[in-house]
Amino acid sequence: MIDGGLNSYHLQYLLFGALWTIGLSLIAFVGGGLAGGVIALCRVSPIKAVRWATIAWIQIIQGTPLLVVLFLCYFGLSIAGLELPAIVAASIAMIVYVSAYLGEIWRGCIESVPRTQWEAAECLALSRTQRMRLVVLPQAVRIATPPTVGFMVQIVKNTSLASIVGFIELVRAGQLINNSIFQPFTVYLLIAIVYFAMCYPLSVWSRKLEQRQQFGNRGPATVPVTTA
Amino acid sequence: MNLAQDAAVQPVAHAALSAQQPQQQGLQQQPVVELKDVHKSFGINQVLKGVSFAIPKGQVVAIIGKSGSGKSTALRCIDRLEIIDSGTINVCGHAVHDPAIDLRQLRQDVGIVFQSYNLFPHLTVEQNVTLAPKAVKNLPAAKAREIAARTLQQVGLADKAQAYPEQLSGGQQQRVAIARSLAMEPQVMLFDEVTSALDPQLTGEVLRVIEALAQGGMTMVLVTHEMEFAARVADTIIYMHEGKVWETGPGAMLKNPQTAELRDFLSHGL
Repeated sequence: MIDGGLNSYHLQYLLFGALWTIGLSLIAFVGGGLAGGVIALCRVSPIKAVRWATIAWIQIIQGTPLLVVLFLCYFGLSIAGLELPAIVAASIAMIVYVSAYLGEIWRGCIESVPRTQWEAAECLALSRTQRMRLVVLPQAVRIATPPTVGFMVQIVKNTSLASIVGFIELVRAGQLINNSIFQPFTVYLLIAIVYFAMCYPLSVWSRKLEQRQQFGNRGPATVPVTTA
Repeated sequence: MNLAQDAAVQPVAHAALSAQQPQQQGLQQQPVVELKDVHKSFGINQVLKGVSFAIPKGQVVAIIGKSGSGKSTALRCIDRLEIIDSGTINVCGHAVHDPAIDLRQLRQDVGIVFQSYNLFPHLTVEQNVTLAPKAVKNLPAAKAREIAARTLQQVGLADKAQAYPEQLSGGQQQRVAIARSLAMEPQVMLFDEVTSALDPQLTGEVLRVIEALAQGGMTMVLVTHEMEFAARVADTIIYMHEGKVWETGPGAMLKNPQTAELRDFLSHGL
């Protein structure tokens, strides 16, 4: 540390940051996925008011920079008297962001299941919920997998914005190290490599899933078909 | 009884349907399907212009006509896949024209098979067939599988229970679709051009299944382009032209058309 070079403590600290990047990504994906699922279902609801409220939510979030959402959660809420730790504010912002995008991606997947599938299910006297659960969603899930995995890349990369509110993830950890050793090129190149190492496998996986899908829809149902 | 109402267009009402009237009254038996003066438009396009016909229990009716004559629309109206503008439709005691109809009750009594099969691609053949009996009728899995085995036997595909739809030929898929409908034990079966998407060599296997159903006494409405099949299997043939029932009669009617339009249709269609 004295000689000012990158040492093993720095690397350890970067690793610690990377783990938080993964942690925040997981929180964003799970939380945003749950919220996104609800949004996708509301987006295709037969009730107009529900549909419109969901469209408004999606448009507002998609039309706002994630950074601004993050500031709103961190600084905005603290002024409103709700002082949140950086991790919580960052998690909320990421979940909000992911919910709007995944909701819209999944809405598209639900709607890309042919109308004739709905019709066939309807003609077998299945209720709307049963049609959705037993016929449409299992097919939509399969369609949704590649774009969802692809979107995970965006999530991982966008967690870097949390560094701005002081949450120590990969980028923030790098900034802190750089402040002490001032070797920005080395430090940020290292960070870029770590991001790439996390994102590239996801892109490859997404592409593989897409290719597999082109070979047909065969395989066991992803949602249980039994009803009780 | 219903067919001759629209006197302005001179449809020819054959004795076949009218003759059933006294018989029905005698038996106190309602027709399974009854359309009265049904009108339906899509935008400015009037597709059905006062269609009336009745189908007694156990009868097979084939609806023929050019594309655009309204035959498929008429069939879809019976299952309320299209909502009619005016007139009445009664099916198995359900008032289909009534907005307050319980659609799930109607659809348990009416089975429909489509031109494009519409099997569920993520389910095996057996799961396709057992889905509705389990979900709608709450049958236990074992009972539903029993029904699936029976209906698949009926369409000659007992050995394909574990296959996925995409592993089957078009004709086999269409037969699974028939089995899937039969598994709900409907009172009436509707067939919407079910062989039109099939190669000629695959058409026969599907038609044989339908013919066997007819012999089993199932009430059926077929929209079809298979004239020879219609003539052989149907008790009554309805020729639709420009949204109206133009001519109706038994299979032999096709050998002796009464109207110029049917004559014209047959000479081009056969």
